Amino acid sequence: MFLQANTTTLFSASDLQLIVPELILTLSACVVLVMEVILPRREHKWTAYAALGGVALSAVSLFLLWQTNRDNLPLNAFYGMIRIDGFALVFKMIFLLAAALTIAISVRYLEVEGEQRGEYYALVLFATVGMLFLGCGYDLISLYISLELMALTFYVLVGFTKRERRSNEAGMKYFLLGAFSSGVLLYGMSLLFGVAGSTNLGDISRSINMILTAPPLEGALNAGLPLRPLLLLAMIAVAAGLFFKLAAVPFHMWAPDAYEGAPTPVTAFLSTGSKAASFALFARVFLEALGGMRADWAPLVGLVAAVTIMVGNWAAVTQVNAKRLLAYSSISNAGYLLLGVIAANEYGYVGLVVYLLVYTLMNIGAFGVIISLRRRGLVGDNVNDFAGLGQKAPGMALMMTIFMLSLGGLPLTGGFIGKWFLFGGLLQRADADGKDWYIWLAVWAILNTVVSFFYYVRFIRVMYLGDGVADARPLSLSPALRAALVVAVVGVVVIGVYPQPFINLAQSLVSSLTGAASGAFALK
Amino acid sequence: MKIPYLLSVITWLPLVGALIILFAFKKDNARAIKRFATAWFGLVFLVSLALLAYNRAAGGMQFIEDCQWIPIIGARYQMGVDGVAVLLIVLTTLLGVIAALSSWEYIGKREQEYYVLLLLLQAAVVGVFASMDLFLFYLFFEVSLVPMYFLIGIWGGERRLYAAIKFFLYTLVGSVIMLLGVLKVYFLTQDAALTGTITPAVMDNLAAAGTEARAVLDNARAAAGAGGTFNIMFLQALGSVLPMGTMQVLLFFAFAIGFAIKVPMWPFHTWLPDAHVEAPTAGSVILAGILLKLGTYGFFRFNLPMFPEAAKDLSYFHLFGATFGVRHIMVALAIIGIIYGALAAMYFVVVKDGDVKKLVAYSSVSSMGIVMLGLFALNPNGLNGAVLHMINHGIYSAALFLLVGIIYERRHTRKVSEFGGLSHVMPGYATVFLAMTMTAIGLPLLCVFISEFLAMRGAFEAQPWWAAWAALGIILNAGYMLWLYQRMFFGHVDNPKNENLTDMNGREWAYMLPLVLLSLWIGVYPKPFIEYVQRPVNAVVRQVRPDYPFQPGAPQQTPTTARVEHK
Repeated sequence: MFLQANTTTLFSASDLQLIVPELILTLSACVVLVMEVILPRREHKWTAYAALGGVALSAVSLFLLWQTNRDNLPLNAFYGMIRIDGFALVFKMIFLLAAALTIAISVRYLEVEGEQRGEYYALVLFATVGMLFLGCGYDLISLYISLELMALTFYVLVGFTKRERRSNEAGMKYFLLGAFSSGVLLYGMSLLFGVAGSTNLGDISRSINMILTAPPLEGALNAGLPLRPLLLLAMIAVAAGLFFKLAAVPFHMWAPDAYEGAPTPVTAFLSTGSKAASFALFARVFLEALGGMRADWAPLVGLVAAVTIMVGNWAAVTQVNAKRLLAYSSISNAGYLLLGVIAANEYGYVGLVVYLLVYTLMNIGAFGVIISLRRRGLVGDNVNDFAGLGQKAPGMALMMTIFMLSLGGLPLTGGFIGKWFLFGGLLQRADADGKDWYIWLAVWAILNTVVSFFYYVRFIRVMYLGDGVADARPLSLSPALRAALVVAVVGVVVIGVYPQPFINLAQSLVSSLTGAASGAFALK
Repeated sequence: MKIPYLLSVITWLPLVGALIILFAFKKDNARAIKRFATAWFGLVFLVSLALLAYNRAAGGMQFIEDCQWIPIIGARYQMGVDGVAVLLIVLTTLLGVIAALSSWEYIGKREQEYYVLLLLLQAAVVGVFASMDLFLFYLFFEVSLVPMYFLIGIWGGERRLYAAIKFFLYTLVGSVIMLLGVLKVYFLTQDAALTGTITPAVMDNLAAAGTEARAVLDNARAAAGAGGTFNIMFLQALGSVLPMGTMQVLLFFAFAIGFAIKVPMWPFHTWLPDAHVEAPTAGSVILAGILLKLGTYGFFRFNLPMFPEAAKDLSYFHLFGATFGVRHIMVALAIIGIIYGALAAMYFVVVKDGDVKKLVAYSSVSSMGIVMLGLFALNPNGLNGAVLHMINHGIYSAALFLLVGIIYERRHTRKVSEFGGLSHVMPGYATVFLAMTMTAIGLPLLCVFISEFLAMRGAFEAQPWWAAWAALGIILNAGYMLWLYQRMFFGHVDNPKNENLTDMNGREWAYMLPLVLLSLWIGVYPKPFIEYVQRPVNAVVRQVRPDYPFQPGAPQQTPTTARVEHK
């Protein structure tokens, strides 16, 4: 894109309209910071509700944005830095949902920890702003900056309980490995820019298609350069950097430590919001910019997905710490979500979006239940701390059961619907490409869900099958935590039993992607 | 009396009962809970009797319900039953009452949860038999695992945790593979080039022209073009045009593994003895009586009609110079199951630990082998026998587990060596046990004789050697059952603990008698039962082998069934 230095305004007001949700969030983060200073210490929890209000306002503005521009999507703004299309909108909804639920489950946790501070909520909001821009970024520069905004706030959030050694250690590890991976990603992006001559995803896609189809011209500037190997190198570097963010094997080592050490609500946000945002970035880069190279990257991503699913599931089996267990479960789920990208057809996209939505609900729900067990003197994040919950708090135990069965993918829960589309997309792709390895990947992935049931059911076993009770005192729940859990469980069940409106919505919104990667398939 | 939405009512009524128990009863009011639960099971049973109004002369799917559910993936809430499903549903509801009644004394803790789970299990299982939409079927099929997991895991024996998770994961392996098969056949229904070649004759065979079922089938066909369908009848119709090849064989096995683990066929049976030994009595009753039938019912409803070419294939595999087919594999596994079940019962029980429950469990493996052999005989006799044997096995294995439960409640042991001469102390119990032992070994005039005879005859028509091997297994079965009876009931009472045992009480008689009477009824006069299954069975045979020579009263019918055909 050209810089128009001679114009008086760099961008128009209509451009600003398109980022109103982000602006609202940024403003409310500032408001929260100010409130933190003004309010007396024991009133600090109001900052949380202010932050929630900000997220709600942002969601409303996002909805209005969608309603007013329904028919003229996609919209480009800021010289192609930003592109509002259905894909961006649906991901932004998921990020806002994750942020709202995270804030709701944080209030009680920070109270127990004695760390009730406004900065925490401001950081959550800033991270969310980063995610929102990741959803609509359409340029390597804007995408990278959004990613770093998100990542930097997360480094702080992971180490937020600064009196706890585990939290500090986790923050440090996450920072070092995260910074390294950002470097690798940036390296890949610079190569991509070097080959394609642009940082705009659309331009990159066109250049790549030209490079791949047209023979190199004699005497041209790049005649002597073997562009295809360079492209592959760029693709691999970008993929490696993003696999770090997704916590895909073999770049997953940071996840269990960071998840275990981080404050539990941050773990929930990290495993849902951050993962969803990384998937938005991954899908954008691989399906739009590198869509023409699908034949090259599909086997690579397929292999990574297969290994990720296996390692995540098998490593989770032996864990005793609930957060660490869910960290490995989250690794394996990254593998399942990759299947949607590999399939690169409408079924796969719908699977990606629906599964991310359900995953956000059920994972935050599960962490919410873990938080509800926490009290002074009892950390509550060991699997055995759930013992007897079925007797002590039947409602809570039932919710945890639903979350666990949904994570495993049992029918009548949302997890099943998500997996249905992910696997279906893979089978359709096998048919379209005439390659059998897609089928075997699906078989491999689905067999590993059985392993995952082994450890998800462990929670259920501990809650119901034993006769002992780990902690006889009743749970004390804050209204926000209760509301978040109810929202999560209702969402999981409704999507499981009557997914029609969700699939419909996802289908209409992700259709902006279907033209990009080769082989668009009608859902019907 | 015509009840609207009959199948939905039968399916969801247990759920309503479960909710009532959950919310209207106090946790510690066990007495009221078990009375209410049993009464509710009784109510469901009575309602399900309305299904017996199934029009046997017309056959096909009846009691049809059809509403929109998830149009975007073609899934509809479609319910419908044929005669086979009718019998299985009624058996399920009957065993529900019996299971509830048998749990009054046995279950001593957490009664509220227990009866809630029992009701949920029944809702799921009835749903499986009543579904006419594969998506719906799969939902019920997999959800039925959860209540059973809890039943074994909470109220089971010492190794209940191990048995529960083994049951859960083992059966899950099969059903997730089946899920890929479900997805694939769904995508196949969107293939207009394929569905366009379905002949009217196939459609007529599955649903006669002018019936309600046919209207649904036609709708499904229209829907298939517009985005796929899960309608089971249409999937069966699709089966008739599915080309034979790798895809069909893979699909066959994707479904077959799911069902074979449930049946269980050898070598997928190892979860069964563990689950049975650890499960509470009522759990074993439902497991043996109903859950195993989900597998064989699946073969009858899906594998045979949906993949007919694979099911009758005799030459697909070429290995080490030998040529064999899918059907050979299935028959071989069935026969191995029959013989292995009997030998395992002898070895593990007679030679080693002497656990009566384990013996009955292994005899189930053997019995289900006979069902599978009958199914893959692929002729009317074999299928009639197989379907009837599903019902009969539900009767006698449930009865045997109940009998084991009765003695276990009194002595808290199931070891054969602990007993002896019980006929002197408990004459009533000994009589019922004798009746059920005789049923199990296939004495004429008792139900198993009819079904085993039909299944064997079917196998004999297909290939005499198959029947010969299966007969060997049946003889072995008789051997250990008689050994069991002799050890437990004859001789002197040499264990002082057995001297003061009380005979069966009124409640125990109440739930044993219906089973004994049913066994006798089917044994003496099986005609009404055969009538229910005959037309559905013939439709399946015609679907698999369109050229099969059907002639009313011709020699391929046994005397019992021939009379039906003349009607």
